[in-house]
Amino acid sequence: MNNKALIVTGVVIFLIIVLFPFWYMRGKAAPAPEVELTPRAKAAQKCVRSTEYMRAEHMQLLDLWRDSVVRESKRIYINPEGKEFNMSLSNTCLDCHSNKAEFCDRCHNYASVRPYCWSCHIDNPKEKT
Amino acid sequence: MDSSRRRILQLLGISALALTTRPVLNAFTKEARAAEAEAVIKAGAKSLKARQWAMVIDTRKFESEADLEPLVDACHKVHNVPRLQNKNHEIKWIWGTHYHNAFPGKAAQFVAESVEQRPFLVLCNHCENPPCVRACPTKATWKRESDGIVFMDFHRCIGCRFCIAACPFGARSFNYRDPRPFIAEINKKFPTRMKGVVEKCNFCAERLAVGQLPACVQASDGALAFGDLYNPASDVRKLIKTNYTIRRKQTLGTEPSVYYIV
Repeated sequence: MNNKALIVTGVVIFLIIVLFPFWYMRGKAAPAPEVELTPRAKAAQKCVRSTEYMRAEHMQLLDLWRDSVVRESKRIYINPEGKEFNMSLSNTCLDCHSNKAEFCDRCHNYASVRPYCWSCHIDNPKEKT
Repeated sequence: MDSSRRRILQLLGISALALTTRPVLNAFTKEARAAEAEAVIKAGAKSLKARQWAMVIDTRKFESEADLEPLVDACHKVHNVPRLQNKNHEIKWIWGTHYHNAFPGKAAQFVAESVEQRPFLVLCNHCENPPCVRACPTKATWKRESDGIVFMDFHRCIGCRFCIAACPFGARSFNYRDPRPFIAEINKKFPTRMKGVVEKCNFCAERLAVGQLPACVQASDGALAFGDLYNPASDVRKLIKTNYTIRRKQTLGTEPSVYYIV
């Protein structure tokens, strides 16, 4: 094999560059975000569904809510415990979780998801926009 | 390696079996989850119901554009409709127009002066045969089976504007710009729209769902009536029975649900 040295150095440099994010951030994983609950959310203890369910499936739940309200004109959600909720992102979810920046955004930023709910739905019904 | 035909077939069989396990297991877990918690979704108990919502506008009660303003304001405020100065970008759900614009055509060459000079309140007619619905490629607008409202799903609108072209009444507006900066006072109970979607009157579906009449009807002090077109005892039917009414561009066959007493 001719140019053996050249090829090996090239491969090594290539690997260093490609693996840059791994060796640069080695052992320094960004900490998982802590979401903050408003006093009201804390007092309620339970969301529409259990915390685990909400954590894992809130997007599916919101999707279901959207379709039920907009396309089937059904606006009331009764959870397994029999409690009724008005299916509304701004008026129900954010009424309790009125701290979007500390509650929604922290996790969404960490997971690098950018839901565009807020381009139409009012972020915070209580805060002045 | 021994690669007889029999061996290869055996391997293929086992691989096929292995591939099917995951979907089967998934189906089982899904079933288990569904059994443990069931949520119910229903319409509100107070919601108003009709086969086809309709409106009767008594135009005799409006003398000038200023008389229409409170109605327009009531609607635009509650639905976060922006006020854009540029006519090309204007967003309208309900507005006042001249007789000849509301009722074009050659029905009569000469009309009573009082009628001709009266302002006419126009809005989406919630047609029984809506051409905008047929034009929509994404079903972002459709005729609700439950109450005949021609509804918009802003989530699904891709902004193609076919519906604007299809609507013979100019009832639809397009958001050429982000509307938020042009809303003087945001009603926090109702969403705004974003750049790139079409919007129009929704017959206050969100108010009907909680047992309230549309905002314009409430603000009209009796000049507007609202009710079920197919209920002979409803307010609108009573008015239609006792007054001479006209509808916009009737000959097109879209069957508008907004009637005008002239």
